[in-house]
Amino acid sequence: MTAHAPNSFRTGPDEKGRFGTFGGRFVAETLMPLILELEAAYNEAKQERSFKAEMENLWRNYVGRPSPLYFAPRLTEHLGGAKIYLKRDELNHTGAHKINNVLGQILLARRMGKTRIIAETGAGQHGVATATVCAKFGLKCVVYMGATDVERQKPNVFRMKLLGAEIVPVTSGRSTLKDAMNEALRDWVTNVDDTFYCIGTVAGPHPYPAMVRDFQSVIGWEAKGQMKHAEGRLPDVLVACIGGGSNAMGLFHPFLDDADVRIIGVEAGGKGVDTEEHAASLTGGRPGVLHGNRTYLLQDEDGQIKEAHSISAGLDYPGIGPEHSWLKDMERVEYVSVTDDEALKAFSLCCEMEGIIPALEPAHALAHVAKIAPEMEKDQILLLNMCGRGDKDIFTVAEALGTEI
Amino acid sequence: MSRIEKRFAALKDKNQAAFVSFTMAGDPNYDTSLDLMKALPKAGVDIIELGMPFTDPMADGPAIQLAGQRAIKGGQTLKKTLDMVTAFRKTDDETPIVLMGYYNPIFIHGVEDFIANAKAAGVDGLIVVDLPPEEDDELCVPARAAGLDFIRLATPTTDEKRLPKVLENTSGFVYYVSITGITGAATPDEDAVGKAVAAIKEKTDLPVAVGFGVSTPEQAAEIAKVADGVVVGSAIVRSMADALTVAGPPKKSFQKDVVSAVKKLANATKRARK
Repeated sequence: MTAHAPNSFRTGPDEKGRFGTFGGRFVAETLMPLILELEAAYNEAKQERSFKAEMENLWRNYVGRPSPLYFAPRLTEHLGGAKIYLKRDELNHTGAHKINNVLGQILLARRMGKTRIIAETGAGQHGVATATVCAKFGLKCVVYMGATDVERQKPNVFRMKLLGAEIVPVTSGRSTLKDAMNEALRDWVTNVDDTFYCIGTVAGPHPYPAMVRDFQSVIGWEAKGQMKHAEGRLPDVLVACIGGGSNAMGLFHPFLDDADVRIIGVEAGGKGVDTEEHAASLTGGRPGVLHGNRTYLLQDEDGQIKEAHSISAGLDYPGIGPEHSWLKDMERVEYVSVTDDEALKAFSLCCEMEGIIPALEPAHALAHVAKIAPEMEKDQILLLNMCGRGDKDIFTVAEALGTEI
Repeated sequence: MSRIEKRFAALKDKNQAAFVSFTMAGDPNYDTSLDLMKALPKAGVDIIELGMPFTDPMADGPAIQLAGQRAIKGGQTLKKTLDMVTAFRKTDDETPIVLMGYYNPIFIHGVEDFIANAKAAGVDGLIVVDLPPEEDDELCVPARAAGLDFIRLATPTTDEKRLPKVLENTSGFVYYVSITGITGAATPDEDAVGKAVAAIKEKTDLPVAVGFGVSTPEQAAEIAKVADGVVVGSAIVRSMADALTVAGPPKKSFQKDVVSAVKKLANATKRARK
């Protein structure tokens, strides 16, 4: 821990939306009044019992929360060390943790009288969650998706269409998640009156990083209670994958002040962080300003943003939530990376050992678990966030394994 | 008196609005871009706005996005953009130059170095799209202390309550964004623009220039009647794109074609109040 360690890691951001020097509100003036309005609306809503009650009701009856905490006996035995528990957020409606946040934001949008919801999506999970909740409430939904991702995530594209969303393939820039986010911001700047921008991760201008974290923290709070019930104590290690970082922040945040809990975030190492093709912003990037916040970014020496690479479209983002950047610099959370190949091996391991087809995103987290679990004592506990299921990834995996479906 | 102040004062005496051009530094390459920049004052440009290319220009429409991509592909860097200004100043010490762009390249260059280098190169003002008043400590305050103007965007979403905050640390001129949206996207409603400019002028003595949707000489003339300056970007940048060969390099007629497009816009602006 550094000498500057605060009394609590859970009090940020400050009134300027900063986590240390990270975060902030780096947006065009056109958007400034909108994010101030959003901040005020969120601050009001979170104080209100009725808002929380409505969200909890939908989490329970529409999403299927709480998600189970599952002890994975064969994985544990196979790896031969720590007891491995999976927080099963892949069992949520729509197949990932994304809907926790989308429900919160759309309930807020409804309170604010907004009738049109826009979102960006990479793998399509956030897009599907947004399209789902919009359908449920009869709201117009427009999803921006990089043309490259539209091609490689066809099942999710069709799902969104079935749910009534309009999909806009983004061809500007390099046609991936980063460009989809630029395009969503451009839409928002244009349609300021009726539109709510539902950001899918703990990034963007304040208040998004804090708001999305708050909505996702349901994962960590549930896990804390479930773990105490199952084992009578907290886990020794938490592991979660990180693209923008929302599932990880959701799991980590309630544990940040439990000093005995070791916390590890796993970035997508692509073909290796020593190559040009990875998505490990924290391990291989440096601080800069993009999409409304200061955070670690993949960029060149002139401050131009580099393209990220990962086999997992959901981790394919050159930035990361600003709170993660701060937690890295404060040395409260360890950040490591795992390559495409390691993630693929973990993907297969999980299918074969536990009968769970994981998304490629949490397969990254599992790959790291496979590295550290064998070195841990048998009475130690390792908790992994299984944040999404792998149905969407079977085509990608088949291609990587050289199999035809 | 700064170059920007002098220029607006001189135009006011002539009852003319300032014609402000936007071009992307390094589009399509350093030499072509510098040659064009040198030709702009003669074509009727009163203030040169020079874009600093960035991979992720979130407030820009397709025309300027592509211009930035061409420039980056052509090897343009922030240092080269400052070099362009230095080169320009060798033959023109009067035309005000405003750099416009996004914060990350400046942040990576180092704020202190950037301010010193820009000042030394002969830059007069900065427009940094993603630095609202809430982030003034980042660049605005130190830049102004060093004598660089910090030109802020006011927009249709800047209401009466917020306007004083936007104007507080603004200097040089106020840039009124005439549409909600990205550069070059829509046509401004002249009546609404006139009212907005009047509302801003009630709160500040600074000149007010209008841009973001102005693309034809006719529109430029309409805006020139109600504002102190007219900014045209996407339309000029599009004329540059049209003057490129399919393979990328500029056609022989590049400079002539672009200068001709700029002249039409500049003349319309200058004649508007006659």
